[in-house]
Amino acid sequence: MIFYLAQQTINALQLGSIYALIALGYSMVYGVLVMINFAHGDLFMLGAFACLLLAVLLPVHLPFVFILLLVMVVIGLLGALIERVAYRPLRDAPRVSAIITALGCGLVIENTTLSLSPYPQFLPTLFASKTLSYAGLTVTTLQILIIGVALGLMVGLDLLIRKTGFGMAMRAISFDARTVPLMGIPVNRMISLTFFVGAGLGGAAGMLYGLAYPQISATMGVLIGWKAFIAAVIGGIGSIRGAVLGGFILGGVEVMAVAYLPSTYRDLISYSLLLAILVFKPYGLLGQPPNQKV
Amino acid sequence: MSAILEIDHLTKRFGGLCAISNCDVKVEAGDTHGIIGPNGAGKTTLFNLITGIYKPTEGDIRFRGESISGFRPGRIALKGVGRTFQNIRLLKSQTVLENVRIAFDSQLHYSPLEAMLRLSRFGRAEKNSVAACLELLEPFGLADQAHDLAGDLPYGSQRKLEIARALALKPDLLLLDEPAAGMNTGETADLTEFLRWVRDHFQLTLVLIEHHMHLVMNLCDRITVLDFGQTIAEGTPEEIRANPRVIEAYLGGTEEE
Amino acid sequence: MKSLLDSVARCRWALPVLVAAGFAYALACESFPILNDYSEVVLVTVGINIILCASLNLVNGYMGEFSVGHAGFMALGAYASAIMTTKWLPASFFELPLGVLFGGGVAALVGFPLALLSFKTRGDYLAIITLAFLMIVKSAIENISYVGGPRGMTPPVLTTLPWTFFWVVVTLWVIRNLVYSKFGRAITAIREDEIAANAMGVRVREAKILAFVTSSFFGGVAGALYAQVNFFIDPKSFDIVKSTEILVMVYLGGIASLGGSIIGAVIFTVLLQVLQPLGTWRMVILPLILVLLMLFRPRGIMGMRELPWFLPARELFKRPKP
Repeated sequence: MIFYLAQQTINALQLGSIYALIALGYSMVYGVLVMINFAHGDLFMLGAFACLLLAVLLPVHLPFVFILLLVMVVIGLLGALIERVAYRPLRDAPRVSAIITALGCGLVIENTTLSLSPYPQFLPTLFASKTLSYAGLTVTTLQILIIGVALGLMVGLDLLIRKTGFGMAMRAISFDARTVPLMGIPVNRMISLTFFVGAGLGGAAGMLYGLAYPQISATMGVLIGWKAFIAAVIGGIGSIRGAVLGGFILGGVEVMAVAYLPSTYRDLISYSLLLAILVFKPYGLLGQPPNQKV
Repeated sequence: MSAILEIDHLTKRFGGLCAISNCDVKVEAGDTHGIIGPNGAGKTTLFNLITGIYKPTEGDIRFRGESISGFRPGRIALKGVGRTFQNIRLLKSQTVLENVRIAFDSQLHYSPLEAMLRLSRFGRAEKNSVAACLELLEPFGLADQAHDLAGDLPYGSQRKLEIARALALKPDLLLLDEPAAGMNTGETADLTEFLRWVRDHFQLTLVLIEHHMHLVMNLCDRITVLDFGQTIAEGTPEEIRANPRVIEAYLGGTEEE
Repeated sequence: MKSLLDSVARCRWALPVLVAAGFAYALACESFPILNDYSEVVLVTVGINIILCASLNLVNGYMGEFSVGHAGFMALGAYASAIMTTKWLPASFFELPLGVLFGGGVAALVGFPLALLSFKTRGDYLAIITLAFLMIVKSAIENISYVGGPRGMTPPVLTTLPWTFFWVVVTLWVIRNLVYSKFGRAITAIREDEIAANAMGVRVREAKILAFVTSSFFGGVAGALYAQVNFFIDPKSFDIVKSTEILVMVYLGGIASLGGSIIGAVIFTVLLQVLQPLGTWRMVILPLILVLLMLFRPRGIMGMRELPWFLPARELFKRPKP
């Protein structure tokens, strides 16, 4: 009984860390632009496909780390490009227009991929996974890798935010975007960098997801992206720590719901729980209500 | 005359910050009462507490003898308390007339069904509303601009519109938050006369927050001075002008203008 | 030419005449083979989409929220109506209208708690709540075997062009009447400045309930009509993709505009049909058009402006009454 729970906890950690990586992208962008980047879920999906392309098309068999970095950079650049082309011109327009544009961009990405690849694809094995057994628990080295990489990226992001100039600029912008340029900070560049990092994390999550659950499809960005978005909101959108917390909560709830209840109830339980949290804590667990001067 | 507004040992804390501390104000019906004090003294916070946007941490606010502490803003407005805002809060995308009509709507009584089916009760109420609101705009000189967008009006007209809108509520008490903000001496003098007329014509009690001392001294019957969220003086303009604590708070502010 | 358009715009009889003509045409299509089946289905779809757009516009456009859960109300209406027509009612002339009313009613009932949630929550957080609500509705339906669970249902085909036209007219008429009344003014005030609205004695809570319940009622109506035209409904037809489609239509046509809702629905539906040979590339081109539109006209084609026929009479004249 306890072994089953422990086993599921490992699965929850794996799913949760992937959700957390995606949620981080949403929260980072929301923090600096107060905007929900609805294209983010589809960037996650592209991460998986980018990994597929790199693994299949390249003549040389590259090590795992290299592919991961390449995927992160490519998706990161794409994210920054979308910001530059589609969101920046709308910075002074009503907020809803930017959100709808993001929705549109996401649809374009999703359906382009769908048109090019109508059927799900399978990621080749990039990592020779071994199964370890310890005291009745089975863990694969792949699971350890995924959780480890995800945690490593999160720690890296935390350091980036707390210890670098970029991180400080990001936090400054999220407090007051109007006065920051007056202090000589190149706001546009900082925002582009934020999108780059956020999208990069999302792309990494896509690759890790593809490794964990090898079947990838063009529509998975919608399903998983929206879920990760809810996770970001549960934690408090705009809060980095909240995104991580929300991701693990969602992962945990989903895995446990499937483990102990009929699988068709998974979404029902997850979303009802999430709704319940939002009813009692409307701004998320770690979120702040926006301050409004009257 | 009885007190129309009583603020009784009012305290408001935002976390660690104490914005209003043990504040007492008494406004007599029919008076014009000024609230002055240095920036950050808590004047607008006081207005926000009276109108229900904030809930008091301690103390009581009574309107016509009835405690209104903790009531929702809509309820307080409907009891007869109108206000304007420091940063004009007009509905900029709506016309001048529509802005006023929205405040007048609380006096229209028809159900959603009657509106959906356009029954006669709806038609009569709407006609009545348009006529009444246009009539209200006349003395403000805004009737000709009734169908212009509120956001297109010049600043002074926008301030007047905000007052007209508050009056559509048929309030007994009107709170004006810095009505003369951004006006020069000439405009302020006009406003002083205008407010006097408004007060008399609509039989209101006025409470105003202001920094323009001419307006305050000429218009107000009584003045309360706030500093750091506390009442440091209350009295007639002459008493306040001579009060050493007030002078100290302003560092000679009453000598300005 | 402009003066001709102006006088048509000011003619108060234009709209009733158009409505009567449209209804006559729809009835004629029933009795005579004027349109082929395919065209009829397209027209019915346009009608359903107009109802979806107009009803969502009430909450998203006029009230300024961002609800992404409208497909959930559609689902409720569809399934409620399908239960009625498949399992409870015998075949009769009244089957469809009863089904539609029941569908709308069920949806409205569920829209009520959503309105209550909107009292404390606004903006992005309310958007999430509507998203969660949509997912809950969808997965709840998947778990109810009485309605076929994930396998779906096959309701009888009952929706006709005249009925669709009828419901389109009713929807637009009701929402238009609501918008140009004290309730509509309250809803707009909430969008512009909720704090000022409260200070002006606007009954904010009542307005929010009215907006959500009306919006969800007609969302349910659209769903009911959809169920009875499609041979088949399943939970998957009412997921976030469907909600996204409705959002695209609303923001394409223009927020806070009934004329915009009509335009958005028509353009979206027609383009989708016309571009059919392109397959999934259609949904690359349409969002691209939307993105380009947002860059140049952030509020949509007819954002915040209205067809003159829908405006109340006195608004047409720029002079205040003497």
